[in-house]
Amino acid sequence: MKADTRLLFQIFWTFFRISPVTFGGGFAMVPLIIKEIVDKKKWLTTEEITDVIALSQTVPGAVAVNSATFIGHRIGGIRGALAAMFGVSLPTFLIVLAFGISYFHIHDNPKLEAAFISIRVTIVAIIVYAAIKIAKTAITDKTTFFIMAAGVPLLFFIHPILVIFLGAITGIIAIYIKKKLGYDTEMKKNKEDDPTNNPDYYMGAGI
Amino acid sequence: MVLWELFHTFFLMGFVSFGGGYAMLPIMETGVTQYGWMSAEKLTNIIAIAGMSPGPVAANSAILIGYSAAGINGALVSAFAILLPSLILVIAVAACFTKLHHNPIVERMFYGLKPIVTSLIIFAAIKFALASNMIILEVSFRSISLILIFGLSLFALFKLRWNPVYVIILSGLVGVALYS
Repeated sequence: MKADTRLLFQIFWTFFRISPVTFGGGFAMVPLIIKEIVDKKKWLTTEEITDVIALSQTVPGAVAVNSATFIGHRIGGIRGALAAMFGVSLPTFLIVLAFGISYFHIHDNPKLEAAFISIRVTIVAIIVYAAIKIAKTAITDKTTFFIMAAGVPLLFFIHPILVIFLGAITGIIAIYIKKKLGYDTEMKKNKEDDPTNNPDYYMGAGI
Repeated sequence: MVLWELFHTFFLMGFVSFGGGYAMLPIMETGVTQYGWMSAEKLTNIIAIAGMSPGPVAANSAILIGYSAAGINGALVSAFAILLPSLILVIAVAACFTKLHHNPIVERMFYGLKPIVTSLIIFAAIKFALASNMIILEVSFRSISLILIFGLSLFALFKLRWNPVYVIILSGLVGVALYS
């Protein structure tokens, strides 16, 4: 029991130290995860980590949190998953809260308000950048282009969660119909690519 | 009750959180408007702070929206609400479907999900462009300089491949120089 608690604390502490590196995307964490989990602690192999990270992307949520939770689960079951999730979330929670509290304390400052006039426009640019990056991997043929084009006006009328469900169902139906018509849809294989080598694919997926 | 509103908004969001933080902006925007937690301008400021901090943008934004709406308790409830679905789904997937990413149904789902994620981000861009006062049909120092900042930000991201964090910081300094 004592060793068990020690393992849980080690899982927590490992992810606690890696977590603040997730600046601008969860995938910044991957080399550190491999160094800590594979090379130092020898809890898992590099292949297992690569597989876990590919799997993490099929589960909703941030890649950093999901992969940490998966790895924690592999090492120490449900309690390991909890330890890893708390470890990876706590530092960024505290940092963002500290930023937020400072912002709310001085947000009436005219200099800060001036800075945000410009920053709000830059945020729009960053969103446009994220849209184009993800469109490059998402829009592979006419069908996907049509789904994207239909989705934007829908969002003005229907709750976004409903639109996401419609998108998933449309994907399944579209491929079913295409198969019936004899078309072959080429889908991106996400296992064969090594996630650490293809930063573009993950821009917007990890952050 | 605010804490309950925060909890169910971010709990539901956690279950459909595909494609990263920026795809979740429409859900946050809907919640913020529906419950009147804050103005669209303030929401954009919060997204900027979330983007400058380490950690996932969606969780960071949820924490800040929670803090703004209900203090430290709000931040804790929002963080818990957005993490819980990940925990439930990861444990379920780890227990049952270790090869989920090879499952043909999942691949077909993502065939439709990825373009929808793109629509969500485009929609967010439209909404936040409107909130940033960037699109105004008058020729003034303010409107022209904002369009320039937008263009230069895109240039820094696409051509110079700068980290978005640095683009935000530099843009803030430009704002102080121009508008204060």
